[in-house]
Amino acid sequence: MKPAPFRYVAARTLEQALQVKAEYGDEAHFLAGGQSLVPTMNFRLTQPAVLIDINPLAQFSGMQNQPPDGVRIGALTRYGKLERDPGIARSLPLIHQALPHIAHPQIRNRGTIGGNLAHADPASEIPAVVVALAGKLRAQSVRGERWIAALDFFVGALSTSLEPDEMLMEVELPVAQPRSGACFMEVSRRRGDFAIIGVACTVRVDQEGRCNAARIGLCNAGDMPIFAAAASESLVGRQIGKPEINEAAELVQRAIDPGGSIHASKEFQRHVAGVLTARALATANERARHGN
Amino acid sequence: MATETHDISVTVNDTQYRRNVESRLLLSDFLRHDLLLAGTHVGCEHGVCGACTVIFDGVAVRSCLMFAAQADGHTIETVEGLAPDRDHLHPLQESMRDCHGLQCGYCTPGILMTMKAFLDETPAPDEAQIREALSGNLCRCTGYQHIVEAMKLAAERLRR
Repeated sequence: MKPAPFRYVAARTLEQALQVKAEYGDEAHFLAGGQSLVPTMNFRLTQPAVLIDINPLAQFSGMQNQPPDGVRIGALTRYGKLERDPGIARSLPLIHQALPHIAHPQIRNRGTIGGNLAHADPASEIPAVVVALAGKLRAQSVRGERWIAALDFFVGALSTSLEPDEMLMEVELPVAQPRSGACFMEVSRRRGDFAIIGVACTVRVDQEGRCNAARIGLCNAGDMPIFAAAASESLVGRQIGKPEINEAAELVQRAIDPGGSIHASKEFQRHVAGVLTARALATANERARHGN
Repeated sequence: MATETHDISVTVNDTQYRRNVESRLLLSDFLRHDLLLAGTHVGCEHGVCGACTVIFDGVAVRSCLMFAAQADGHTIETVEGLAPDRDHLHPLQESMRDCHGLQCGYCTPGILMTMKAFLDETPAPDEAQIREALSGNLCRCTGYQHIVEAMKLAAERLRR
């Protein structure tokens, strides 16, 4: 047996899942896709007393439009389901572009968006996308529910503002608007490996092609997903050309604090963050101007 | 902690099995040790190598990252279920043999199950799609070239 012993509870209702979580708090973990949790259990780095398997709660899988311009994705929605969704390239282009970078097909067939967000790995793609899109997340417990802004949700490496009795239920993201463009780019050692640096950005332009909104998010650039506020704001009100892009890339490099590893030094990560920011911004800007 | 067990009923390769399993028993170990279906291999046991890939409710997954208790009421296909009978191989297996897609064979069951699910969903893949589909399976013998060739051939044979 690889993992340490635990009590397994297959949740039959949401109320039951939340009740058990309220009873055991941090001693209990929700089991969604398990693609990050189970490896750590196999190493016995994580030894929960109770596992609450929420996979039977299929009603929390899927996407729902939230008029006027939002879409809500249920926590139990698997990456594989998102990948196979024909509409997502248009409605959520950043998610669509980030998906192929997430591990491998077998992992994506099982991994869920809610499990990924609650795991809060700073190197993970979707948290950076959710931060870039200023998404919001709904948490529920036996005490009630609340919405949390993406920037308030992530508080550190593998750490969120979820209370010990709360479950992440869904994430709400804005759908792509006309005259907007998105681009996700990542450098990793091999396809499917953790990102050395990943950049998620969106740009929106007005009738004259001037930027009226821009947001840049990064993964593996610090101990949580990063929203590069100064760099994003520097673009607003300007025609985006080479100088504006270079300025934003420099501001990104200044804003981040990558950890460095045996695979990439901090200096290299900072360099890559600048290069990818410039490339992703140029691409997103082109897409915004030319309507794809 | 007292050992906690669960009664489960699982359909594997069209056969229904009822067993009593400990909570922490991995699906990969359940297949190998409880059902004696040792064709599913375990390599890294933390979701990196792909050797333990099985088809769970129609999609390829890592069986080392699931618990047997989670399989209750679900349907699994393993490499033992691929060949139609004792004397014939599945086109995927034939193609692997014809193209020298394996040497030691350790990764092969995982690759076969990954590609079975992939070709069911994508009957006419291009080479890039095949390589992407294979990206979650490590093979240290072949350098992958022959596996890619085998998958092209298998796709062609399965379309006939």
